[in-house]
Amino acid sequence: MMAPAHEAARRRAYLNAHIVAPAQGLNGKGGILIEDGWILAVGPQVTRETAGPGTAVTDCKGLTLIPGLIDMRVFTGEPGTEYRETLASASEAAASGGVTTMIVMPNTQPAIDDAAIVDFIMRRARDTALVRVAPMAAITKGFAGEAMTEIGLLKEAGAVAVTDGTKAVANANLLRRALTYARDFDMLVVQHIEEPSLATGVMNAGEIAGRLGLSGIPAMAEVILLERDLRLVEMTGARYHAAQLSSRHSLDAIRAAKQRGLPVTCGVSIHHLTLNENDIGAYRTFFKLSPPLRGEDDRRALVEAVADGTIDVIVSGHDPQSADTKRLPFAEAAFGAIGLETMFAAALGLHHNEGLKLERLVEAMASAPAKILGLETGRLAPGAPADFALADLHLNWKVEDDILRSRAKNSPFEHRTLEGRIVETLVAGRSVYTYSL
Amino acid sequence: MTASRRTPLLKGQHLLAIADVSPAEIEALLELAGKYVEVNRQIEKRHALLGGRTQVNLFFEASTRTQSSFEIAGKRLCADVMNMAVATSALSKGETVLDTAMTINAMHPDFLVVRHPSSGAVELLAQKVSCSVVNAGDGQHEHPTQALLDALTIRRRLGRIEGLIVAICGDVLHSRVARSNIHLLNKLGARVRVVAPSTLLPSGIENFGVEVHRNMADGLANADVVMMLRLQLERMSGAFVPSSREYYRFFGLNEEKLKYAKPGALVMHPGPMNRGIEIDSNVADGVQSVIREQVEMGVAVRMAVLDALSRNIPGGANS
Repeated sequence: MMAPAHEAARRRAYLNAHIVAPAQGLNGKGGILIEDGWILAVGPQVTRETAGPGTAVTDCKGLTLIPGLIDMRVFTGEPGTEYRETLASASEAAASGGVTTMIVMPNTQPAIDDAAIVDFIMRRARDTALVRVAPMAAITKGFAGEAMTEIGLLKEAGAVAVTDGTKAVANANLLRRALTYARDFDMLVVQHIEEPSLATGVMNAGEIAGRLGLSGIPAMAEVILLERDLRLVEMTGARYHAAQLSSRHSLDAIRAAKQRGLPVTCGVSIHHLTLNENDIGAYRTFFKLSPPLRGEDDRRALVEAVADGTIDVIVSGHDPQSADTKRLPFAEAAFGAIGLETMFAAALGLHHNEGLKLERLVEAMASAPAKILGLETGRLAPGAPADFALADLHLNWKVEDDILRSRAKNSPFEHRTLEGRIVETLVAGRSVYTYSL
Repeated sequence: MTASRRTPLLKGQHLLAIADVSPAEIEALLELAGKYVEVNRQIEKRHALLGGRTQVNLFFEASTRTQSSFEIAGKRLCADVMNMAVATSALSKGETVLDTAMTINAMHPDFLVVRHPSSGAVELLAQKVSCSVVNAGDGQHEHPTQALLDALTIRRRLGRIEGLIVAICGDVLHSRVARSNIHLLNKLGARVRVVAPSTLLPSGIENFGVEVHRNMADGLANADVVMMLRLQLERMSGAFVPSSREYYRFFGLNEEKLKYAKPGALVMHPGPMNRGIEIDSNVADGVQSVIREQVEMGVAVRMAVLDALSRNIPGGANS
């Protein structure tokens, strides 16, 4: 993918693009000048004339230039279940979706609950992945919900946050201690918000579950745990991030907590913004997610909450599952859907059809996660790493197995046509993906 | 039946759910089943309709009455019937439902009669096989032939379905029989009630087209049919009712509670019964009970379903 010009000229300029970089207040025509993987200048002042002699130039007329996306919730199968996904295959999927930093979840085998595993992930990513990778580590050893992990050592090794990933820390006293301890290291605590004793079902509780004869997970399973956790945050003062909201009722709790000045942020998966429980239809397991897809009222409220900033971050929740875990009766199938490659395109759907501002979407997928995790990427500013992507906002493409680079094909958007997609992705100034028909 | 043999009765290749079939299709099936009731009462019961056809009963969940009913139905129509109980064999070796189904499909059966403990499993399987699939009960979703045999029983006894008050009592939450019956009885114009403690009702039940009652006195008032459901103790993870004693006290059907219903109201139960829990033996074996007749209708209905589906198979039934 690397253009020969890149090696000839260390300086490169992408000109005449529409730049959307909310953290820098950019939303208009301009260019970006990069050298050795770093950004030198960005904005309307970067033109063919100002780029200087010897600069390799790419004309981006008609394309939108955005900071590389940071996906805060990515599952891979490495280590342990590489047949599902490796860091390398996930990174290819990420690159094609404009994601330049993947935050990988600790739910691997063995779990990322030890500094040595964090180190393993970092080295494997460095050697095999096309995009940047940073792991979150477990809060409790082996996700058993009993003993706290070595949060300080994990942070030193490179973990950007602690979370039990797909599992909630149910024991209030344990979470309280973890929050208290994490605060000393300024470590972010990320929680999967579902009260386990209420979340025993397989889809949203309600009429559809009743008709399908499937056991339901009530929205209150989420709200109850979230409200409890927010009180623990109030007690401890630790930085807390609710990984994925699914219910409109959770929004009130988040709004109230933010109003009280608590150090709280939250995310939502792109699937909960674009799909609802009706999509399950006749037991389609690609729509079996955790937390479950809920009603259209919830979906709309979540979209609004992204627009008004109540929800900080949009994630893909990328969770590769193979046929042996998905081609099963609904109740027996695994939760999860892939999303790295479709997150941006699906988000564009919210922009095209539901009026969500593009700069807000980019913020939620780039600068907001960067800020929460303390990363230097996610922005287009002089001195920042040259991680960015070019998008054609109106290019129609069909989500089919052969176009998906993820090793797993469990996309809820399969066979759907999406409007707009990433056409080129650069990490540290190096092109890692170019779209070709 | 020679004249009607080639007339298609069902639109689909499979019978998976009552929700998918139209009132006209239900009427046609019931009418055909009515004829098979007469056939079954003769000394010579065999009918060479499905000679050379293969029917596999694939039961992922233990069943005595449904499986034997399907087996007898197939044999009376001269199909080659094979029973496969997979509850304990292949699945425990790590084979999935689909693997098992594909394996059997490769042997070219014409009918696959499937029961599975997971809702939607039969539908999943039907998407992957080329033969006709009959749902013999999937999890807590549907049990279409049970609803058909219940309707046939009611219609033969009371002459109609439309306008009747049918009270479905008990563990609606875990019951595929209840779901199929609610669909079918609504499609044929009955007034359907469900009577159960709230912990045994699915969420959103109010929108299923039923009146919801939480006590037997209100629920049974003036009912033409009292349909009891089995308390599915085996499906209950966690506490839904405090004890079977308490359940019997408030929701078990005995002679006293039956008096709330219309005099002579039919008492039904899909079986197997928990005597002394949801139904008292006096009532189960009493004059108003049609429980054994339901079993008889079951064979006729399943013959009708196999007959109807065979008309959609390329080559059809033998003429």
